[in-house]
Amino acid sequence: MENVISRFRNTANLIVLAAVLVLQVVGLAVQVKRPAEAGSTRLIRVWAISVVTPLTRAVVHTQDWFSDTWHNYVWLRGVRKQNEDLQNEIVQMKMREVRMVEDANQARRLQLLLGFKEKYISKTVPAQVISTTGSEFSRAIYIDKGSKEGIATDMPVVTPTGVVGKVLHVYPTTSLVLLINDPTSGAGVILEKSRLQGILKGDVRANGTLMLSNVMSDEKVEVGERILTSGGDRIFPKGMLVGTVSAVGPGQDLFLNIRVKPATSLSKLEEVLVITKMEDRAPDAVASDAPIRAIDILAERLPTVAPPPPGGEGSANKTGTATAAATTPGQKTPAELKAIPKNPTQQAVKPDVPKPVKAAQVTPTVKEPETNKEVPRQ
Amino acid sequence: MTNQRPDRIEVYRFNPAVTVGVVIASLILQAFLPVKLGFFRVFDLPLIVTIFFAVARRSQVTGCLTGAVIGLLQDSLAHQPLGVFGIAKTVVGYAASSLGAKIDVENPGSRLLMTMGFYLVHESIYLVIARGLVGLDRQWMWGHELRNAVANAVLAVVVFAVLDKFKQR
Repeated sequence: MENVISRFRNTANLIVLAAVLVLQVVGLAVQVKRPAEAGSTRLIRVWAISVVTPLTRAVVHTQDWFSDTWHNYVWLRGVRKQNEDLQNEIVQMKMREVRMVEDANQARRLQLLLGFKEKYISKTVPAQVISTTGSEFSRAIYIDKGSKEGIATDMPVVTPTGVVGKVLHVYPTTSLVLLINDPTSGAGVILEKSRLQGILKGDVRANGTLMLSNVMSDEKVEVGERILTSGGDRIFPKGMLVGTVSAVGPGQDLFLNIRVKPATSLSKLEEVLVITKMEDRAPDAVASDAPIRAIDILAERLPTVAPPPPGGEGSANKTGTATAAATTPGQKTPAELKAIPKNPTQQAVKPDVPKPVKAAQVTPTVKEPETNKEVPRQ
Repeated sequence: MTNQRPDRIEVYRFNPAVTVGVVIASLILQAFLPVKLGFFRVFDLPLIVTIFFAVARRSQVTGCLTGAVIGLLQDSLAHQPLGVFGIAKTVVGYAASSLGAKIDVENPGSRLLMTMGFYLVHESIYLVIARGLVGLDRQWMWGHELRNAVANAVLAVVVFAVLDKFKQR
């Protein structure tokens, strides 16, 4: 009799197990057939997030409060020395900045001449990282800003040091950000020196490694070369630093296997910036007070400009870039600027020294002082 | 591990508040700690909690249902379809309670080995579902999985010792 009961109990247990598994498999099949976030599972996710994120948010903010209090009011050892070092660094950077601003102005003028329109970052929202997804396979984070703060899906997320990822799902007070090292992520990038384009994504082994794909094996890629966003994905603004090439090897098929070291430490993110607004506009050629974009500082140069002067004599430079580099004035009117490529050799070689640009203008965040708070370095 | 007669194996119960609290705490810690401690990503606290409750209760139905709920909650926080972790933890919950009903897994050595084994089972089921049903691009790496299995097993010994205090006969 005992055996019969035991056998019946085992059969019943197996039926329950099978039922639970079948239900989940059917649910999975439905989600795979339709987009997972279309609404069928959103309610469950919102419930789970509503339970978890308020607690993590409270813990993170409490910890930050104690940390700030300690570091700002108690532990100030070495601050004076650090201040002196920073002052010296500012002097050095200002000297470098003069040259870089000149290069940036030159690029902007050339872009204007070519009728280029680019995306300018005009509004950002700082956010705090409050939790991860809790899965080793899922490289994503939750931030403490959601639709109430104007966050929307596909908005790029960055730090002052580089690209972080994009907003994947938005909830009222939180958002899920897919990091660029997730295997399902993808960003259009360009190698700074060789100008080769590729797609950046996470390694399929889900170990957090960044890989650059779609670069042909006959191309030459150097270790240490910087990688910038190309803007081709229409999510990330062009010219933002993503990382550097850390290893190059032969890959599958005809492509190189390029490993990338991210510019931002993606496993230690605490604060990020969500770019909530970008504008398409032509660069201001002569407005020295206009915000200087980070991409200009990254020496995003144009390959060619207008055709060489008639006759070609007296013009040693064949490319527009080189020509313009030799003829760039500092502050000119638009009329003068339009004349630059037509008669390059007669322009004054000596450039005017432009006004120093405020440090805040160099960062990707511009305008909107109430929302563009500075985010501490990682 | 010692083989015992089923009627001699003790079955434990838990206060419902403790069960819910421990499950939610494991999910919160799993989501929060990697923000501050990056290495914590290798741990799977919800899996450890699933194994603990399954082994302690020794009821296969309760074990698989607990695993399903914890797995689905974990899925809902990740950006993947609901059910990937759910199925893996359902199977682990059922298997752990079956094991707990047959043998005694009260000492740290047996808990270490048991958690290592169940971690590998969990990961292999996850991989099969992720690749076969969902179409996610995932790869199995033996070194990585074994290292994580050992890490989770060591953590499980500590967590089990803490959770033992909530057991009721």
